[in-house]
Amino acid sequence: MGTRDCGHISGESSPGIGEAGRTSEWRNVMPVIDMDKCTPTRQNKSTCFLCWLYCPEAVVSKTIPVQINLEYCKGCGICAQVCPVQAINMVAEEKVVLNRTD
Amino acid sequence: MANKKVNKKADIQILDGNQAAAHGAKLSRVQVIAAYPITPQTPVTEKLSEFVEKGELNAEYVAVESEHSALTVCASASMVGARTFTATSSHGLAYMHEMLHWAAGARLPVVLACVNRAIGAPWNILNDQQDSISQRDTGWIQIYARNNQEILDSMIQAYKIAEAVYVPVMVCYDGFVLSHAEMPVETLSQEDVDQFLPPYQPHTILDPANPKNYNLVTLPNPRANSENVLCHGYMELRYLLQETLQNSRETIVKVGQEFGELFGRNYANMLWEDRLDDADIVIVAMGSLASEATVAADMLREEGHKVGVLGLRVFRPFPKSDVVKALKNSRLIVVFDKNISYGSEGATCSEIKSALYGSNVRAVIRNFIVGLGGRDIKARELTDAVNKSLPSLEEGALNNEYPEWICYI
Amino acid sequence: MNLDETEYLLPGNRTCPGCALSLAYRHILKALEGQAIVTVPASCLTVLHGMYPITSVNIPCVNTPFASTGASATGLVAGLKALGKKGLSVVAIAGDGGTHDIGIQALSGAAERQTDFIYICYDNEGYMNTGNQRSSSTPLGTISGTTPILGKQQNQKDITAIMEAHGIPYVANANAAYPLDLYEKVRKAKAIRGTRFIHVFTPCPPGWDFPFSDSIKIGRLAVETGWVVLYEVENGIFRFTSASESIARKDHLRPVSEYLAEQGRFRNITEEQISRLQDRVNTRWNRYLARADAS
Repeated sequence: MGTRDCGHISGESSPGIGEAGRTSEWRNVMPVIDMDKCTPTRQNKSTCFLCWLYCPEAVVSKTIPVQINLEYCKGCGICAQVCPVQAINMVAEEKVVLNRTD
Repeated sequence: MANKKVNKKADIQILDGNQAAAHGAKLSRVQVIAAYPITPQTPVTEKLSEFVEKGELNAEYVAVESEHSALTVCASASMVGARTFTATSSHGLAYMHEMLHWAAGARLPVVLACVNRAIGAPWNILNDQQDSISQRDTGWIQIYARNNQEILDSMIQAYKIAEAVYVPVMVCYDGFVLSHAEMPVETLSQEDVDQFLPPYQPHTILDPANPKNYNLVTLPNPRANSENVLCHGYMELRYLLQETLQNSRETIVKVGQEFGELFGRNYANMLWEDRLDDADIVIVAMGSLASEATVAADMLREEGHKVGVLGLRVFRPFPKSDVVKALKNSRLIVVFDKNISYGSEGATCSEIKSALYGSNVRAVIRNFIVGLGGRDIKARELTDAVNKSLPSLEEGALNNEYPEWICYI
Repeated sequence: MNLDETEYLLPGNRTCPGCALSLAYRHILKALEGQAIVTVPASCLTVLHGMYPITSVNIPCVNTPFASTGASATGLVAGLKALGKKGLSVVAIAGDGGTHDIGIQALSGAAERQTDFIYICYDNEGYMNTGNQRSSSTPLGTISGTTPILGKQQNQKDITAIMEAHGIPYVANANAAYPLDLYEKVRKAKAIRGTRFIHVFTPCPPGWDFPFSDSIKIGRLAVETGWVVLYEVENGIFRFTSASESIARKDHLRPVSEYLAEQGRFRNITEEQISRLQDRVNTRWNRYLARADAS
């Protein structure tokens, strides 16, 4: 199985999501947003979004309601710490088990 | 399809080797120059900065703070798509060692002039070829010049070769012996060189609209990209460099042929042959020593021996099949090395032996280490070494374990 | 806030959870609007960028050996100039190892030549990519892989002051825990010509030994204790920025010991070392106050 088809003569990399795999598999806790407390969601206004600002992984979206990409969130918990109204809780992963076929 | 030389009248100037190299870079319309002064290369840096400051060469001249940075500047500028040049010697070349590996692995057509000088310790500023020989494993094409015309001609051809195969090229010439000795050199016309050398087309893209990341960490095994196409592991990328070097002979000879058709001096060869057709004794030498060796051959012929000279021109890729062909009639091969791979022997001698193994050539090979640290080597000493080796045709091994040295110990 | 929503950092990269470099880089790229070529030496950033043939960032990037970042940027600038290509910033981004230590020569040379580029040093105070060995930016008293028992015996190099001494038009001290300040500084730097240097404090959870959810907390504590001062010097004029500006007006710093106590890397630090560090912070703070007054 040859590698010539890629056409590279040097180490040329192209952008892609999930370069390190499903990084959600790294975490023990995951963020859960209480939408009743989340300011932009509650007020239906583009405001706060500190979780989006401080997320090192760029997995929080600046949307109403605020959404977190749980495929890649590493569960660092920074969003929960910086939220000024404590709307985000870091919850043990095993409490929220998704259907997994692998 | 040969181009026609526009300027029929030859413009001959009296130039030393360094000036010839600088003229070669200028005629090649280099766009970024980064170099750090080191004896005996220094005049190259000065001449090029003079060309730039006078407006005769439209290039960015970067007065870098070290040789390691010099080659880095060239590599990154080459990534952007500029034609780049640097020059150095000895410790300077050693200082850029990791970048030599990097430029070759990144497949960048940088051209470097190496003004061959001895490496310390102890200090020595005079000529030998240990510096460039020490870098023979880095993946660069290495060409050695015998005289100042070859320096200028090789510089220009180097760009055409490098940019065709995406491998960096080192043009080597002997420090002081050539770099500071004046000879008549035809400086070609810019129009003619422009005909010969097309603009550089980079294989790298640095564009935010199509972002690529070059030379990231690789893994030992192949890995699929985001489109599930299997891409190289480190070993495959390195294989491609070797494959290109192995196949580059074709390009080197073709460029040499095209040069000859346009400028009248033919370089469609990997090595220089002098009177090999009827020679059974062959002197092998590289660089200016290959010229000196022809004088030694003259002297030996007067003594009644059939002596020829094999002047190595392209050292990397090493022209194994050309060497076997050239040496087919030889019974005694005397290899003079201005370098030594410590613990073993002279580098060109090892290459010759490696090329001949398995061929029909069954000659005695003798290796002499000469001229280290600028020790003068006269034709008489070359002939003495050959005469000393003659008895081994009757008795003695085909191959000695270690080389002899021509020095005062 | 009005930050552009475009993300240049793609999810699923290799950085540790809570990596402050990742956060800083996200905002640096936003400030550049992706209109840059970055050059990166061996470092944690190389790891963030991923492994061939996939990269986790939407920006053209040239990787370069460890000692050569300043020279690589020089080469990119020279190449772009030679080809007449305009409109792209050349941005070198290196860690403290690649900046203060092995890379300082090339950086100094590039600055001396007034190379038109931005150099950003992200400082996690150690050689973190190789598993936390001491660098010249590692603080006094720190336990690291190569100062495992006695802790580092020397103070940190003040790289921002060293770069300021090169007479370049813009130097700044920033902190990943203050992303808007960092964003503004990069935007400001983008508009200036010449060599621009930004030093970014990036707490490292595994290297400094604190929970990875606390990166912002540690970053803020550093500023509140004066351990890190947010400032910029534009053409020789000193100015506090962001939280350091308000702290300067009140002239109240929390004790450095509060910052040190949060991190396992200072577990062996002596009272004498803490005292020396407090003196150092105080002396430097007073010097900055005097500079701000004089501006």
